[in-house]
Amino acid sequence: MGTITEELFSRRLGRAVHAGDTVIAEVDVAMAHDVTGPLAIEAFRSLDQPLWDASRIVFNFDHVMPANTVAAAELHRIIREFCVEHTITNLFAEGICHQVMVDRRLARPGGIVVGADSHSTTYGGLGCFATGLGSTDIGVVFATGKTWFRIPETVRIEVRGALPSGVYAKDLALHVIARLGADGADYCAVEWGGDAVATMSVDERLTLCNLSTDFGAKTAMVEPDAVTFAHSGDDPFELPPVRPEYLRTLVVDAERLRPQVAVHPSIDNVHDIDEVSGTPLDEVFIGSCTNGRLSDLAIAASILSGRTVHPRTRTIVAPASRGVYLDALSAGYIEIFARAGALVVNPGCGPCLGRQHGVVGPGERVLSTSNRNYPGRMGSPDAQIYLASPAVAAASALAGAITDPATLEPVS
Amino acid sequence: MSGRVFLLGDGISTDAIMPGRYNVTTDPDALRRACLIEARPDFAETVQPGDVIVAGRNFGCGSSREHAPLSIKRNQVAAVIAASFNRIFYRNAVNIGLPVIRCAEAHRVLRNGDEVTVDALTGAITTPTLTLQGEPPSGVALRIIEAGSLIELIRHGGWAALEEQRHVS
Repeated sequence: MGTITEELFSRRLGRAVHAGDTVIAEVDVAMAHDVTGPLAIEAFRSLDQPLWDASRIVFNFDHVMPANTVAAAELHRIIREFCVEHTITNLFAEGICHQVMVDRRLARPGGIVVGADSHSTTYGGLGCFATGLGSTDIGVVFATGKTWFRIPETVRIEVRGALPSGVYAKDLALHVIARLGADGADYCAVEWGGDAVATMSVDERLTLCNLSTDFGAKTAMVEPDAVTFAHSGDDPFELPPVRPEYLRTLVVDAERLRPQVAVHPSIDNVHDIDEVSGTPLDEVFIGSCTNGRLSDLAIAASILSGRTVHPRTRTIVAPASRGVYLDALSAGYIEIFARAGALVVNPGCGPCLGRQHGVVGPGERVLSTSNRNYPGRMGSPDAQIYLASPAVAAASALAGAITDPATLEPVS
Repeated sequence: MSGRVFLLGDGISTDAIMPGRYNVTTDPDALRRACLIEARPDFAETVQPGDVIVAGRNFGCGSSREHAPLSIKRNQVAAVIAASFNRIFYRNAVNIGLPVIRCAEAHRVLRNGDEVTVDALTGAITTPTLTLQGEPPSGVALRIIEAGSLIELIRHGGWAALEEQRHVS
């Protein structure tokens, strides 16, 4: 009996492996994007070996898509030519790499997936082992299909009870980060479980696993269950009844949580919303691999519907993927955003990493539904970044200041 | 080889080492010049080959962008010494042959501009007045360091050699 990580690797390798073991394993899929892809291609080329398997290599254009500089266009050109040369057909420009991996069923329950992006932990929400690597590691996978792993110890997050109305997976994750610190799960796997997680949608589970890298986790997962298989369409399987040894178990009482806000300059500087409400905002961003999925846009739309964003607060919405965008169009959310005065930009990373679609200036304050508030992340190092849920983001866009959605007046 | 200490604090992120708006390139010199531009704007202009970065906890947290360790390496820094490293940064540094040493007290004991000599394989950190023992990479990471880089390791024996030498189970 082992942790989910130990079980997944034991299944893959056909023998029992344990935390602390170092193994070499073949992966199911290797992913890179427009910024990390060219260096991975460089690493692959320097090996002078044939390609491992064109069908299991994936490229996504999302960080600077469409290209906004000649240098960005050059990165795209390098990747396009590589894909033609090696007949790689998994080249997508339809949203954030992590959401495209889920939409296109490239990340699957029980699998082992590596991506040249730190938020590759996201797919663990589908019950797979997924981890971020650098470009050289990914370039080596392009040639060999394999990489080395030290099987990590596991930190279990046991969430008791249900989240209150208005409190979401984002708030839960920020609360955990506040308690463990930004390096609290360094080198570890994080398992999210308990009452509130069992009833969560796959969207919300992806949010939890996405944010796990921001407290150091190597990988994160939710044990695959009926919710997982209904979403992924895969044949259900069960892991053995788990009685593993955890490095640490953190128990969270979900019922007591309030909306959370991570305050400049670090993600573990987390406050209850009441402590920061009223802080004026120049920009609000709703989107990213953390909170750009359909359920996130639904929450934002429900708050923005029939209202107008504050004139001092430019409000940017980026659906996580084309699939999310189309669903949001059908549901009427995109029209709600446009009527509210928000700017809807194309599916992709949006302004999260300070290159496009809303770069922030010196002294500005931005509230974002994304995952990082390091100085300089979204533009000027003298800007201040606040992180919160889509509900808080939408309410704050209306008020032009950080606002608890529960305090909004009803639409007249 | 000895060099001077560039002292940094806790939680130096890859956004501080190599901000997103500077890394839309693979041009080595552009990466070199943008290195630590937020955390230490004078760094790229004043660093000399053999100098050492000394930092606190969670160095390199954030993105998987290899541009961050690459930009440090291209400034010919002898080693990065930190109380702890973010996992992906550490692995990237090892893969490209940038020496990394864990040392809990170096950032408290050493000061900006101190003369220091670092042994990347043993983890010994020496100044004219004191010696600190850091923790160099071990296991597979040490094999990569010995080969020079992950690419060199894969070129010469690859995964099979690691398995034969029982560096992996």
